[in-house]
Amino acid sequence: MGETRKIAVTVNGKRYEEDVEVRVTLADFIRHQLGLTGTHLGCEHGVCGACTILFDGRSARSCLMLAVQANGHEILTVEGIAPGPDKLHPLQQAFHENHGLQCGFCTPGMLTTLIEFLRDNPDPTEQEVRIAISGNLCRCTGYQNIVISALDAAKRLKAEAGHQA
Amino acid sequence: MKPPPFSYHDPKTVAEVVGLLATLDNAKLLAGGQSLMPMLNFRYVQPDHIIDLNRVEGLAYIRETADGMEVGAMTRQRDLEFSDLVEKRFPLMHEAIGSIGHRQTRNRGTIGGSLCHLDPSAELVSCAMTLDATVVVAGPNGRREIEFADFPVAYLTSAVEPNELLTAIRFPAWPAKHGYAFVEFARRHGDFAIVSAAVLLEVDGAGKITRAAVTLGGMGTGPVRASELEKTLIGRAPSGDFLRQACESCRTLEALDDVHAPASYRQHLATVMSRRALEKAYARATGKA
Repeated sequence: MGETRKIAVTVNGKRYEEDVEVRVTLADFIRHQLGLTGTHLGCEHGVCGACTILFDGRSARSCLMLAVQANGHEILTVEGIAPGPDKLHPLQQAFHENHGLQCGFCTPGMLTTLIEFLRDNPDPTEQEVRIAISGNLCRCTGYQNIVISALDAAKRLKAEAGHQA
Repeated sequence: MKPPPFSYHDPKTVAEVVGLLATLDNAKLLAGGQSLMPMLNFRYVQPDHIIDLNRVEGLAYIRETADGMEVGAMTRQRDLEFSDLVEKRFPLMHEAIGSIGHRQTRNRGTIGGSLCHLDPSAELVSCAMTLDATVVVAGPNGRREIEFADFPVAYLTSAVEPNELLTAIRFPAWPAKHGYAFVEFARRHGDFAIVSAAVLLEVDGAGKITRAAVTLGGMGTGPVRASELEKTLIGRAPSGDFLRQACESCRTLEALDDVHAPASYRQHLATVMSRRALEKAYARATGKA
Protein backbone atom coordinates (compact mmCIF):
# COMPACT_ATOMS: atom_id res chain seq x y z
CA MET A 1 0.00 0.00 0.00
CA GLY A 2 1.26 3.45 -0.95
CA GLU A 3 0.88 6.79 0.82
CA THR A 4 -2.30 7.10 2.86
CA ARG A 5 -4.29 9.93 4.45
CA LYS A 6 -7.06 10.08 7.00
CA ILE A 7 -10.21 11.67 5.61
CA ALA A 8 -13.60 12.59 7.04
CA VAL A 9 -16.45 12.56 4.58
CA THR A 10 -20.23 12.63 4.81
CA VAL A 11 -21.97 10.19 2.49
CA ASN A 12 -25.77 10.10 2.33
CA GLY A 13 -25.89 11.98 5.62
CA LYS A 14 -23.59 9.57 7.45
CA ARG A 15 -20.12 10.65 8.55
CA TYR A 16 -17.19 8.35 7.84
CA GLU A 17 -13.59 8.66 9.02
CA GLU A 18 -11.33 6.47 6.95
CA ASP A 19 -7.71 5.96 5.99
CA VAL A 20 -7.38 6.03 2.21
CA GLU A 21 -4.56 5.41 -0.16
CA VAL A 22 -4.06 8.77 -1.91
CA ARG A 23 -4.19 7.31 -5.42
CA VAL A 24 -7.59 5.65 -4.88
CA THR A 25 -10.41 7.22 -6.88
CA LEU A 26 -13.52 8.44 -5.10
CA ALA A 27 -15.51 5.81 -7.00
CA ASP A 28 -13.39 2.91 -5.73
CA PHE A 29 -13.45 4.37 -2.22
CA ILE A 30 -17.25 4.55 -2.24
CA ARG A 31 -17.61 1.03 -3.61
CA HIS A 32 -14.82 -0.93 -1.95
CA GLN A 33 -14.13 0.92 1.26
CA LEU A 34 -17.63 2.11 2.16
CA GLY A 35 -19.34 -0.86 0.50
CA LEU A 36 -21.82 1.36 -1.32
CA THR A 37 -21.89 -0.58 -4.57
CA GLY A 38 -24.85 1.30 -6.02
CA THR A 39 -22.36 3.64 -7.70
CA HIS A 40 -21.30 1.80 -10.85
CA LEU A 41 -18.03 1.93 -12.73
CA GLY A 42 -18.30 1.53 -16.48
CA CYS A 43 -15.37 3.13 -18.25
CA GLU A 44 -13.19 4.58 -15.48
CA HIS A 45 -12.17 7.50 -17.67
CA GLY A 46 -15.08 9.89 -17.49
CA VAL A 47 -17.08 8.91 -20.53
CA CYS A 48 -19.97 6.67 -19.48
CA GLY A 49 -21.41 8.64 -16.54
CA ALA A 50 -22.38 5.52 -14.54
CA CYS A 51 -20.30 6.63 -11.53
CA THR A 52 -21.98 10.05 -11.24
CA ILE A 53 -22.50 11.20 -7.65
CA LEU A 54 -23.45 14.54 -6.14
CA PHE A 55 -20.45 16.28 -4.63
CA ASP A 56 -21.62 19.15 -2.40
CA GLY A 57 -24.86 19.04 -4.40
CA ARG A 58 -23.22 19.16 -7.81
CA SER A 59 -23.03 16.16 -10.12
CA ALA A 60 -19.53 14.83 -10.69
CA ARG A 61 -17.87 11.73 -12.05
CA SER A 62 -16.45 9.88 -9.09
CA CYS A 63 -13.95 8.03 -11.29
CA LEU A 64 -12.36 11.42 -12.07
CA MET A 65 -11.79 12.41 -8.45
CA LEU A 66 -9.49 11.12 -5.76
CA ALA A 67 -11.04 9.98 -2.50
CA VAL A 68 -8.63 12.22 -0.63
CA GLN A 69 -10.20 15.23 -2.37
CA ALA A 70 -13.51 14.45 -0.67
CA ASN A 71 -12.09 15.22 2.77
CA GLY A 72 -14.52 17.59 4.49
CA HIS A 73 -17.12 17.36 1.73
CA GLU A 74 -20.63 15.92 1.37
CA ILE A 75 -21.54 13.20 -1.08
CA LEU A 76 -24.87 11.80 -2.21
CA THR A 77 -24.92 8.44 -3.95
CA VAL A 78 -27.86 6.54 -5.42
CA GLU A 79 -28.35 4.83 -2.04
CA GLY A 80 -29.17 8.20 -0.49
CA ILE A 81 -31.84 9.33 -2.94
CA ALA A 82 -34.91 7.52 -1.57
CA PRO A 83 -36.63 9.16 1.44
CA GLY A 84 -36.73 5.81 3.30
CA PRO A 85 -36.31 2.05 2.93
CA ASP A 86 -39.94 1.52 1.89
CA LYS A 87 -40.43 4.52 -0.32
CA LEU A 88 -38.84 5.50 -3.62
CA HIS A 89 -37.94 9.05 -4.61
CA PRO A 90 -40.43 10.41 -7.22
CA LEU A 91 -37.66 10.18 -9.82
CA GLN A 92 -37.06 6.51 -8.98
CA GLN A 93 -40.79 5.84 -9.00
CA ALA A 94 -41.04 7.44 -12.45
CA PHE A 95 -38.21 5.22 -13.75
CA HIS A 96 -39.94 2.20 -12.22
CA GLU A 97 -43.30 2.92 -13.82
CA ASN A 98 -42.04 4.04 -17.23
CA HIS A 99 -39.53 1.25 -17.90
CA GLY A 100 -36.71 3.77 -17.46
CA LEU A 101 -34.26 0.93 -16.97
CA GLN A 102 -33.58 -2.51 -18.32
CA CYS A 103 -30.27 -3.90 -17.08
CA GLY A 104 -29.95 -1.00 -14.63
CA PHE A 105 -26.22 -0.47 -14.96
CA CYS A 106 -26.49 3.17 -16.03
CA THR A 107 -29.39 3.94 -13.69
CA PRO A 108 -27.43 5.24 -10.66
CA GLY A 109 -25.69 7.78 -12.90
CA MET A 110 -28.92 8.71 -14.65
CA LEU A 111 -30.69 9.28 -11.34
CA THR A 112 -27.96 11.38 -9.73
CA THR A 113 -27.56 13.43 -12.91
CA LEU A 114 -31.31 14.02 -13.14
CA ILE A 115 -31.67 14.90 -9.43
CA GLU A 116 -29.42 17.91 -9.99
CA PHE A 117 -30.95 18.72 -13.37
CA LEU A 118 -34.57 18.68 -12.16
CA ARG A 119 -33.64 20.68 -9.08
CA ASP A 120 -32.22 23.46 -11.29
CA ASN A 121 -34.70 23.07 -14.14
CA PRO A 122 -38.04 21.81 -12.71
CA ASP A 123 -39.95 22.27 -15.97
CA PRO A 124 -37.66 20.97 -18.74
CA THR A 125 -38.37 20.32 -22.40
CA GLU A 126 -37.62 16.95 -23.94
CA GLN A 127 -34.60 18.44 -25.72
CA GLU A 128 -33.22 19.80 -22.44
CA VAL A 129 -33.57 16.37 -20.84
CA ARG A 130 -31.72 14.78 -23.74
CA ILE A 131 -28.85 17.25 -23.37
CA ALA A 132 -28.83 16.75 -19.58
CA ILE A 133 -28.28 12.99 -19.95
CA SER A 134 -25.90 13.32 -22.91
CA GLY A 135 -23.02 12.41 -20.61
CA ASN A 136 -24.63 9.16 -19.48
CA LEU A 137 -24.44 6.13 -21.74
CA CYS A 138 -27.22 3.52 -21.78
CA ARG A 139 -26.91 0.44 -23.97
CA CYS A 140 -30.41 -0.97 -23.38
CA THR A 141 -33.21 1.52 -23.58
CA GLY A 142 -32.39 3.67 -26.58
CA TYR A 143 -32.92 6.49 -24.05
CA GLN A 144 -36.58 6.92 -24.98
CA ASN A 145 -38.02 5.60 -21.73
CA ILE A 146 -35.37 7.41 -19.70
CA VAL A 147 -36.47 10.69 -21.24
CA ILE A 148 -40.13 9.79 -20.60
CA SER A 149 -39.25 8.93 -16.99
CA ALA A 150 -37.43 12.22 -16.47
CA LEU A 151 -40.34 14.24 -17.85
CA ASP A 152 -42.78 12.25 -15.72
CA ALA A 153 -40.56 12.81 -12.68
CA ALA A 154 -40.63 16.56 -13.29
CA LYS A 155 -44.44 16.44 -13.12
CA ARG A 156 -44.39 14.31 -9.96
CA LEU A 157 -41.88 16.59 -8.26
CA LYS A 158 -43.92 19.66 -9.14
CA ALA A 159 -47.10 18.05 -7.83
CA GLU A 160 -45.28 17.11 -4.63
CA ALA A 161 -43.91 20.64 -4.18
CA GLY A 162 -47.38 22.08 -4.81
CA HIS A 163 -48.86 19.71 -2.26
CA GLN A 164 -46.37 20.82 0.37
CA ALA A 165 -46.74 24.54 -0.37
CA MET B 1 -7.58 1.62 -15.09
CA LYS B 2 -6.31 2.85 -11.73
CA PRO B 3 -3.93 5.75 -11.10
CA PRO B 4 -0.28 4.79 -10.53
CA PRO B 5 1.21 5.44 -7.07
CA PHE B 6 2.20 9.04 -6.29
CA SER B 7 2.69 11.35 -3.34
CA TYR B 8 -0.17 13.75 -2.74
CA HIS B 9 0.17 17.40 -1.76
CA ASP B 10 -2.67 19.81 -1.07
CA PRO B 11 -1.18 23.27 -0.53
CA LYS B 12 -3.32 26.20 0.65
CA THR B 13 -1.54 29.11 -1.03
CA VAL B 14 0.02 29.97 -4.39
CA ALA B 15 3.36 30.52 -2.62
CA GLU B 16 3.24 26.97 -1.24
CA VAL B 17 2.51 25.62 -4.74
CA VAL B 18 5.49 27.51 -6.17
CA GLY B 19 7.63 26.15 -3.32
CA LEU B 20 6.54 22.58 -4.03
CA LEU B 21 7.15 22.98 -7.78
CA ALA B 22 10.67 24.19 -7.01
CA THR B 23 11.54 21.17 -4.86
CA LEU B 24 9.61 18.20 -6.31
CA ASP B 25 10.68 16.27 -9.38
CA ASN B 26 8.14 14.89 -11.86
CA ALA B 27 5.19 16.71 -10.27
CA LYS B 28 1.82 17.30 -11.92
CA LEU B 29 -0.69 20.01 -10.98
CA LEU B 30 -4.23 18.70 -10.47
CA ALA B 31 -6.96 21.28 -11.22
CA GLY B 32 -10.47 20.02 -12.07
CA GLY B 33 -9.10 16.62 -13.04
CA GLN B 34 -11.32 16.13 -16.07
CA SER B 35 -8.30 15.49 -18.32
CA LEU B 36 -5.54 14.57 -15.88
CA MET B 37 -7.59 11.96 -14.02
CA PRO B 38 -8.39 9.93 -17.17
CA MET B 39 -4.71 10.22 -18.12
CA LEU B 40 -3.76 8.89 -14.68
CA ASN B 41 -6.33 6.10 -14.88
CA PHE B 42 -4.91 5.11 -18.27
CA ARG B 43 -1.39 5.63 -16.87
CA TYR B 44 -0.55 7.86 -19.82
CA VAL B 45 1.13 10.00 -17.17
CA GLN B 46 2.96 8.61 -14.14
CA PRO B 47 3.91 11.54 -11.93
CA ASP B 48 5.79 11.02 -8.68
CA HIS B 49 3.85 13.88 -7.10
CA ILE B 50 0.36 15.26 -7.50
CA ILE B 51 -0.07 18.86 -6.35
CA ASP B 52 -3.81 19.36 -5.88
CA LEU B 53 -4.87 22.98 -6.48
CA ASN B 54 -8.41 22.49 -5.18
CA ARG B 55 -7.63 23.79 -1.69
CA VAL B 56 -5.51 26.76 -2.79
CA GLU B 57 -7.18 29.97 -1.67
CA GLY B 58 -8.04 32.85 -3.96
CA LEU B 59 -7.91 31.12 -7.32
CA ALA B 60 -11.66 30.88 -8.01
CA TYR B 61 -13.33 34.16 -8.97
CA ILE B 62 -14.88 36.07 -11.86
CA ARG B 63 -14.17 39.78 -11.52
CA GLU B 64 -15.18 42.68 -13.75
CA THR B 65 -12.25 44.92 -14.71
CA ALA B 66 -12.00 48.31 -16.44
CA ASP B 67 -11.70 46.71 -19.88
CA GLY B 68 -13.30 43.31 -19.38
CA MET B 69 -12.88 40.60 -16.78
CA GLU B 70 -10.32 38.62 -14.88
CA VAL B 71 -11.02 34.98 -14.09
CA GLY B 72 -9.17 32.94 -11.47
CA ALA B 73 -7.53 29.79 -12.82
CA MET B 74 -9.55 27.44 -10.59
CA THR B 75 -12.92 28.89 -11.61
CA ARG B 76 -15.17 25.99 -12.63
CA GLN B 77 -16.55 25.93 -16.16
CA ARG B 78 -19.98 25.68 -14.57
CA ASP B 79 -19.52 28.99 -12.76
CA LEU B 80 -18.59 30.66 -16.05
CA GLU B 81 -21.64 29.05 -17.66
CA PHE B 82 -23.98 30.67 -15.14
CA SER B 83 -22.15 34.00 -14.76
CA ASP B 84 -24.24 37.05 -15.72
CA LEU B 85 -21.03 38.93 -16.50
CA VAL B 86 -19.89 36.25 -18.95
CA GLU B 87 -23.31 36.05 -20.57
CA LYS B 88 -23.56 39.83 -20.96
CA ARG B 89 -20.01 40.87 -21.88
CA PHE B 90 -18.56 37.62 -23.29
CA PRO B 91 -21.47 35.98 -25.13
CA LEU B 92 -18.97 34.02 -27.26
CA MET B 93 -17.71 32.24 -24.17
CA HIS B 94 -21.26 31.73 -22.88
CA GLU B 95 -22.22 30.08 -26.18
CA ALA B 96 -19.06 27.93 -26.30
CA ILE B 97 -19.35 26.59 -22.75
CA GLY B 98 -22.50 24.60 -23.54
CA SER B 99 -20.37 22.41 -25.81
CA ILE B 100 -17.72 21.62 -23.17
CA GLY B 101 -18.26 17.99 -22.21
CA HIS B 102 -21.29 17.56 -19.98
CA ARG B 103 -22.81 19.02 -16.85
CA GLN B 104 -20.89 16.55 -14.66
CA THR B 105 -17.56 17.50 -16.20
CA ARG B 106 -18.26 21.25 -16.23
CA ASN B 107 -19.05 21.09 -12.52
CA ARG B 108 -15.43 20.08 -11.88
CA GLY B 109 -13.49 21.26 -14.92
CA THR B 110 -11.68 24.59 -14.52
CA ILE B 111 -10.70 27.30 -16.98
CA GLY B 112 -7.06 27.15 -15.95
CA GLY B 113 -6.93 23.38 -16.32
CA SER B 114 -8.51 23.55 -19.76
CA LEU B 115 -6.07 26.22 -20.96
CA CYS B 116 -2.99 24.44 -19.58
CA HIS B 117 -4.05 21.05 -20.93
CA LEU B 118 -4.39 22.91 -24.24
CA ASP B 119 -6.35 20.39 -26.23
CA PRO B 120 -6.51 21.96 -29.72
CA SER B 121 -10.26 21.39 -29.87
CA ALA B 122 -11.00 22.78 -26.39
CA GLU B 123 -13.70 25.45 -26.42
CA LEU B 124 -12.11 27.72 -23.79
CA VAL B 125 -8.77 27.56 -25.61
CA SER B 126 -10.51 28.85 -28.75
CA CYS B 127 -12.29 31.57 -26.75
CA ALA B 128 -9.04 32.76 -25.17
CA MET B 129 -7.39 32.84 -28.60
CA THR B 130 -10.26 34.77 -30.19
CA LEU B 131 -10.55 37.27 -27.32
CA ASP B 132 -6.76 37.88 -27.21
CA ALA B 133 -6.64 36.92 -23.55
CA THR B 134 -3.65 37.49 -21.30
CA VAL B 135 -2.56 34.70 -18.99
CA VAL B 136 -1.00 35.38 -15.59
CA VAL B 137 1.42 32.80 -14.19
CA ALA B 138 3.24 32.66 -10.85
CA GLY B 139 6.73 31.22 -10.47
CA PRO B 140 9.89 31.49 -8.38
CA ASN B 141 10.54 35.03 -9.70
CA GLY B 142 7.03 36.29 -9.01
CA ARG B 143 4.29 36.79 -11.56
CA ARG B 144 4.53 37.29 -15.31
CA GLU B 145 2.01 37.75 -18.09
CA ILE B 146 1.79 35.84 -21.36
CA GLU B 147 -0.23 36.99 -24.36
CA PHE B 148 -2.45 34.12 -25.45
CA ALA B 149 -1.01 34.20 -28.99
CA ASP B 150 2.30 33.09 -27.41
CA PHE B 151 0.69 30.61 -25.02
CA PRO B 152 0.49 27.42 -27.15
CA VAL B 153 4.02 26.18 -27.88
CA ALA B 154 3.34 22.60 -29.04
CA TYR B 155 0.66 19.92 -28.94
CA LEU B 156 -0.83 19.87 -25.42
CA THR B 157 2.02 22.13 -24.29
CA SER B 158 1.67 25.69 -23.05
CA ALA B 159 4.26 28.38 -22.35
CA VAL B 160 3.81 27.80 -18.60
CA GLU B 161 7.19 26.56 -17.31
CA PRO B 162 7.42 23.41 -15.15
CA ASN B 163 8.13 25.59 -12.10
CA GLU B 164 5.14 27.88 -12.67
CA LEU B 165 1.37 27.75 -12.29
CA LEU B 166 -1.35 29.64 -14.08
CA THR B 167 -3.22 31.87 -11.62
CA ALA B 168 -5.55 34.07 -13.68
CA ILE B 169 -6.74 34.92 -17.18
CA ARG B 170 -7.64 38.44 -18.33
CA PHE B 171 -10.16 38.91 -21.10
CA PRO B 172 -10.64 42.29 -22.81
CA ALA B 173 -14.31 42.75 -23.72
CA TRP B 174 -15.56 43.72 -27.18
CA PRO B 175 -18.01 46.66 -27.52
CA ALA B 176 -21.58 46.04 -26.39
CA LYS B 177 -23.07 45.43 -29.82
CA HIS B 178 -20.47 43.11 -31.32
CA GLY B 179 -21.34 39.97 -33.24
CA TYR B 180 -20.26 36.59 -31.95
CA ALA B 181 -20.71 32.90 -32.70
CA PHE B 182 -19.27 29.59 -31.65
CA VAL B 183 -20.06 26.57 -33.79
CA GLU B 184 -18.50 23.14 -33.77
CA PHE B 185 -18.80 19.83 -35.51
CA ALA B 186 -18.71 16.78 -33.24
CA ARG B 187 -20.14 13.30 -33.71
CA ARG B 188 -22.24 13.65 -30.54
CA HIS B 189 -23.09 16.55 -28.24
CA GLY B 190 -20.26 16.92 -25.71
CA ASP B 191 -17.69 14.99 -27.71
CA PHE B 192 -14.39 16.57 -28.68
CA ALA B 193 -15.01 18.81 -31.67
CA ILE B 194 -13.46 17.62 -34.91
CA VAL B 195 -13.39 21.28 -35.98
CA SER B 196 -14.81 24.35 -34.25
CA ALA B 197 -14.99 28.00 -35.22
CA ALA B 198 -15.14 30.98 -32.87
CA VAL B 199 -15.94 34.38 -34.36
CA LEU B 200 -16.10 37.95 -33.10
CA LEU B 201 -17.12 40.84 -35.37
CA GLU B 202 -17.53 44.59 -35.12
CA VAL B 203 -19.73 46.16 -37.78
CA ASP B 204 -20.26 49.86 -38.57
CA GLY B 205 -23.58 51.62 -39.26
CA ALA B 206 -23.34 50.82 -42.98
CA GLY B 207 -23.00 47.09 -42.28
CA LYS B 208 -19.27 46.99 -43.04
CA ILE B 209 -17.05 44.78 -40.91
CA THR B 210 -14.48 46.91 -39.08
CA ARG B 211 -12.87 44.27 -36.87
CA ALA B 212 -12.82 40.49 -37.03
CA ALA B 213 -11.35 37.62 -35.03
CA VAL B 214 -11.75 34.03 -36.24
CA THR B 215 -10.25 31.00 -34.49
CA LEU B 216 -10.41 27.43 -35.73
CA GLY B 217 -10.10 24.67 -33.16
CA GLY B 218 -9.34 20.99 -33.66
CA MET B 219 -7.36 21.51 -36.86
CA GLY B 220 -3.74 20.95 -35.93
CA THR B 221 -1.57 20.85 -32.85
CA GLY B 222 -3.07 24.05 -31.43
CA PRO B 223 -5.80 26.62 -32.02
CA VAL B 224 -5.26 28.75 -35.13
CA ARG B 225 -6.36 32.27 -35.96
CA ALA B 226 -7.55 32.47 -39.57
CA SER B 227 -5.62 35.69 -40.16
CA GLU B 228 -5.99 35.69 -43.95
CA LEU B 229 -9.76 35.37 -43.60
CA GLU B 230 -9.84 38.09 -40.93
CA LYS B 231 -8.07 40.51 -43.32
CA THR B 232 -10.43 39.66 -46.20
CA LEU B 233 -13.44 40.56 -44.05
CA ILE B 234 -12.38 44.08 -43.12
CA GLY B 235 -14.31 46.80 -44.93
CA ARG B 236 -16.81 44.36 -46.40
CA ALA B 237 -20.55 44.06 -45.93
CA PRO B 238 -21.09 40.35 -46.64
CA SER B 239 -23.78 39.48 -49.16
CA GLY B 240 -24.38 36.83 -51.80
CA ASP B 241 -21.57 34.33 -52.05
CA PHE B 242 -18.92 36.52 -50.39
CA LEU B 243 -18.55 34.60 -47.12
CA ARG B 244 -18.52 31.23 -48.84
CA GLN B 245 -15.67 32.39 -51.06
CA ALA B 246 -13.79 34.19 -48.29
CA CYS B 247 -13.87 31.09 -46.06
CA GLU B 248 -12.21 29.02 -48.79
CA SER B 249 -8.90 30.40 -47.48
CA CYS B 250 -9.38 28.17 -44.41
CA ARG B 251 -8.87 25.14 -46.67
CA THR B 252 -5.15 25.92 -46.77
CA LEU B 253 -4.72 25.94 -42.98
CA GLU B 254 -2.54 23.18 -41.60
CA ALA B 255 -4.49 20.18 -40.31
CA LEU B 256 -3.74 16.76 -38.87
CA ASP B 257 -4.88 13.27 -39.79
CA ASP B 258 -6.15 11.12 -36.95
CA VAL B 259 -8.65 8.34 -36.26
CA HIS B 260 -11.53 10.81 -36.35
CA ALA B 261 -10.86 12.47 -39.68
CA PRO B 262 -8.20 12.98 -42.38
CA ALA B 263 -6.63 16.42 -42.76
CA SER B 264 -8.55 17.18 -45.95
CA TYR B 265 -11.85 16.57 -44.12
CA ARG B 266 -10.81 18.96 -41.34
CA GLN B 267 -9.86 21.58 -43.92
CA HIS B 268 -13.24 21.20 -45.59
CA LEU B 269 -14.96 21.50 -42.20
CA ALA B 270 -12.90 24.63 -41.51
CA THR B 271 -14.46 26.34 -44.54
CA VAL B 272 -17.95 25.29 -43.45
CA MET B 273 -17.64 26.03 -39.72
CA SER B 274 -16.04 29.44 -40.30
CA ARG B 275 -18.79 30.40 -42.75
CA ARG B 276 -21.59 29.29 -40.45
CA ALA B 277 -20.04 31.13 -37.51
CA LEU B 278 -19.51 34.28 -39.58
CA GLU B 279 -23.08 34.24 -40.89
CA LYS B 280 -24.41 33.88 -37.37
CA ALA B 281 -22.07 36.53 -35.93
CA TYR B 282 -22.84 39.00 -38.72
CA ALA B 283 -26.59 38.53 -38.28
CA ARG B 284 -26.19 39.18 -34.58
CA ALA B 285 -23.97 42.24 -35.11
CA THR B 286 -26.51 43.77 -37.48
CA GLY B 287 -29.50 42.93 -35.30
CA LYS B 288 -30.94 40.38 -37.74
CA ALA B 289 -30.42 37.28 -35.60
